[in-house]
Amino acid sequence: MASVTMTVNGKSVSADVDPRTLLVQFLREHLRLTGTHVGCDTSQCGACVVHVDGKAVKACTTLAVQAEGCDILTIEGLANGSELHPMQAAFREHHGLQCGYCTPGMIMTAVDMVNRLGHDIDEATIRHELEGNICRCTGYHNIVLAVEAGAKAMGGAGMREAAE
Amino acid sequence: MTATGIGAPVRRKEDQRFITGKGRYTDDLVRPGQAHAYFLRSPHAHAEIVRIDPAAALAMPGVLAVLTGDDLAADGVGGLICGWMIHSKDGSPMKAGPHPALAQGKVRYVGDHVAVVIAETLAQARDAAEKVAVEYRELPAVVDTGSARKSATAVHDVAPDNTVFEWHLGDKAATDAAFAKAKHVTRLDITNNRLVPNAIETRAAIGEFDESADSYTLYTTSQNPHVARLVLSAFIGIAPENKLRVIAPDVGGGFGSKIFIYAEETVCVWASKKVGRPVKWNSDRTEAFLSDAHGRDHVTHAELALDENARILGLRVKTTANLGAYLSTFSSSVPTYLYAPLLSGQYDIPAIYAEVDGVYTNTTPVDAYRGAGRPEATFVVERLVEVAAREIGMDPANFRRKNYIKRFPHQTPVIMAYDVGDYAASLDKALEIADYKGFSKRKRESAKKGKLRGIGFSSYIEACGIAPSQAVGSLGAGVGLWESAEVRVNPTGSVEVLTGSHSHGQGHETTFAQLVCDRLGVGIDQVNIVHGDTDKVQFGMGTYGSRSGAVGMSAITKAIDKVIEKGKKVAAYAMEASDKDIEFKDGRFSVAGTDKSMAFGEVALQAYVAHKFSGQDLEPGLKEGAFYDPTNFTFPAGVHICEVEIDPDTGVTKIERFTAVDDFGVVINPMIVEGQVHGGIAQGVGQALLENAVYDESGQLVTASYMDYTMPRAGDLPSFSVGMTTTPCPSNPLGIKGCGEAGAIAAPPAVINAITDAIGHEGIAMPATPQAVWRAIHRTRPAMAAE
Repeated sequence: MASVTMTVNGKSVSADVDPRTLLVQFLREHLRLTGTHVGCDTSQCGACVVHVDGKAVKACTTLAVQAEGCDILTIEGLANGSELHPMQAAFREHHGLQCGYCTPGMIMTAVDMVNRLGHDIDEATIRHELEGNICRCTGYHNIVLAVEAGAKAMGGAGMREAAE
Repeated sequence: MTATGIGAPVRRKEDQRFITGKGRYTDDLVRPGQAHAYFLRSPHAHAEIVRIDPAAALAMPGVLAVLTGDDLAADGVGGLICGWMIHSKDGSPMKAGPHPALAQGKVRYVGDHVAVVIAETLAQARDAAEKVAVEYRELPAVVDTGSARKSATAVHDVAPDNTVFEWHLGDKAATDAAFAKAKHVTRLDITNNRLVPNAIETRAAIGEFDESADSYTLYTTSQNPHVARLVLSAFIGIAPENKLRVIAPDVGGGFGSKIFIYAEETVCVWASKKVGRPVKWNSDRTEAFLSDAHGRDHVTHAELALDENARILGLRVKTTANLGAYLSTFSSSVPTYLYAPLLSGQYDIPAIYAEVDGVYTNTTPVDAYRGAGRPEATFVVERLVEVAAREIGMDPANFRRKNYIKRFPHQTPVIMAYDVGDYAASLDKALEIADYKGFSKRKRESAKKGKLRGIGFSSYIEACGIAPSQAVGSLGAGVGLWESAEVRVNPTGSVEVLTGSHSHGQGHETTFAQLVCDRLGVGIDQVNIVHGDTDKVQFGMGTYGSRSGAVGMSAITKAIDKVIEKGKKVAAYAMEASDKDIEFKDGRFSVAGTDKSMAFGEVALQAYVAHKFSGQDLEPGLKEGAFYDPTNFTFPAGVHICEVEIDPDTGVTKIERFTAVDDFGVVINPMIVEGQVHGGIAQGVGQALLENAVYDESGQLVTASYMDYTMPRAGDLPSFSVGMTTTPCPSNPLGIKGCGEAGAIAAPPAVINAITDAIGHEGIAMPATPQAVWRAIHRTRPAMAAE
């Protein structure tokens, strides 16, 4: 067994795990944070995307022990209490999800996209950046609209914070 | 239209849990004491099992059991079934080979189930599976669809020539006569490529045996939990129906693949009693590629006969349909009654004759995948029509318009009686949105850049709401295809709707609630939709074939009507009036011609406190159920137009515009309907450009992961232009036709027609990958190819 300690959604967690435990297994099975999903096992579909130290990472191909000492953000930690993150709200407003299975990974990827590229991202950029996330339901049309709107809304929130 | 009623783009009620990571999918569930199952699968496409020795595996840490087909047989567990009987031309029944949940004597495809290892953890089960010693005697494999009937190897003893059925539909003599007098005949050889459904949530199951109640519970990724319970009880014989509860919680997409009753859930339920623990199985993606039923896989020769005035005289189709190694749950219906009856398309075709040979191969079973038979039919018809127009030098839009059915009802020569439609209206609107008039200018502009531009049409029709039960029964279905609903009004006026439909992305919690809001005038937050649990919903047929709106919501409508009628009686007692004088409108019961009225919630309370009437005169309570069996199929139809630009140097096809104009009848929630269209188009474009399940000669599936099977990604697709026309469906109370499959049906021929228009010849098959397109282009330009 291997000992791991990390911060997940702001809380420090420690556990002894089988060394081959994947980060996504650690989140889902040990911490019961089942919002992070597994869709393909080969780093292709992106249903498992979480943020590790502020960067989008596919948790299905990361060992839990690799996240030792890291700060992890999952879909469960994105909202501010009952107040949805602007990207979550945009996915609902623009019908950017159907079955909901790829959605947590999509939202975490989208937030990372905005963190890296800013609030004014065009359709071509969004489509290119979503290369690592597969959705079988929506045809991406509304996901692209949601990410565009969510990015703008995150900018609005940022400006409000700056003004305060 | 109210803000939450029929026709409003209400934001989805179910989204809150999905966007916050609080969805509850099968793999999210943990049952107390659960053990984990791992299936040892055949590495060979075709082999005899000489010996299975589990001894070394049983000695591995954490292992609880290793079970094989012999154990299933010893317990008298029956095989998996195909629930639709097809008869051949000569009247003989289809040849169904045995389909045990764990192989007995032979394996017939790569991924076939050899044994299950159950252990404390999944990792332990996987480790132990490597220690199960299996000795195989390899046999030659039958792989290719077109040549399966000529193979010296038989997949099943019952079908020595690998032929499941030789089926036909239509009038051969009349069709031959039509061709004899034809002025022009268009001929095409068509391959409809094999696809893998690929819901992003893979299949999963937890079987649990409760010794105290002597009953089982199955948690599973199902589109139709009641059908699963029925099959597991009545046919496979795991447990009586009243001793088996099937729960399908949140389900992450289905597209047909989660209709069927598979080996894995059967084994998990059965094994849970054997090991005395809940048994959980969760498919990984490669297992999904190997064991989820695939879709399509047809090889077809088709001919279209025209007269001297460009009118279609007849259609002749000969198809070989690959059904894989076993007959999956509804597999036999897909290339027969869900295929050939759609071959009239939107056209007035006097004579049609179709022959379909179903064949076994040593490949994964093939069954319904989004559209199920209708995409295959539409591809045949829309490719033929497009090519015919080109051959006679007529604009393809005009050729279609000329041959459209214009009067309704219309009886086709292949079973279907179309009830209503206005195909020209959809065409006109699509031409306008797609700016067809501007196409030639855009083509010239592309040519200046050295690019090839093409435009392609697809005028599709589908038959949805699969039913009526009497009709499908006469065609061989083993079940009725109605739907049930129960509307329970609580004393406070809130409403629970129990439905046999199942939502796995379609948004029923919202659209069904909109119907209740519309009819009963209650707030949308006052309505709960309950589905996916056989202990809560009495029975239901589930969701597939775009039937939840047309059939499921019609059942709810019937139950709501009964609630209103009962409410009128309660209101009459409460307001001391005759129930004949009670009117119900906008959520209030009122006495006609007076100012006396009661809100719906007040009447609900009176129904339950029962202070105003005696139990002899009226039963207390406000709860009504209904079963709805349609009188006809519904016939959604529309026109999709695809415009592509191809780089002849790379063969890369870029979809510049994709226009979809659909007539779905009455639309409950246009936001959700458009989303269904988008998703369908993406799967259709995927089939046309990207997706292909490829087997090598030995029967190995070489496209068994997302590294190899090309799923459509955001960058492969454009934004879509979606429009609608409306002719309400006359056969159901809401006028709904259904929308779930349209895009997957319409898109493939639109894309291929656009590509063939761009490259100037018909010599390309799906998927039109850059390599295939490049080869097709350079075949026409040998000088460049030689460079």
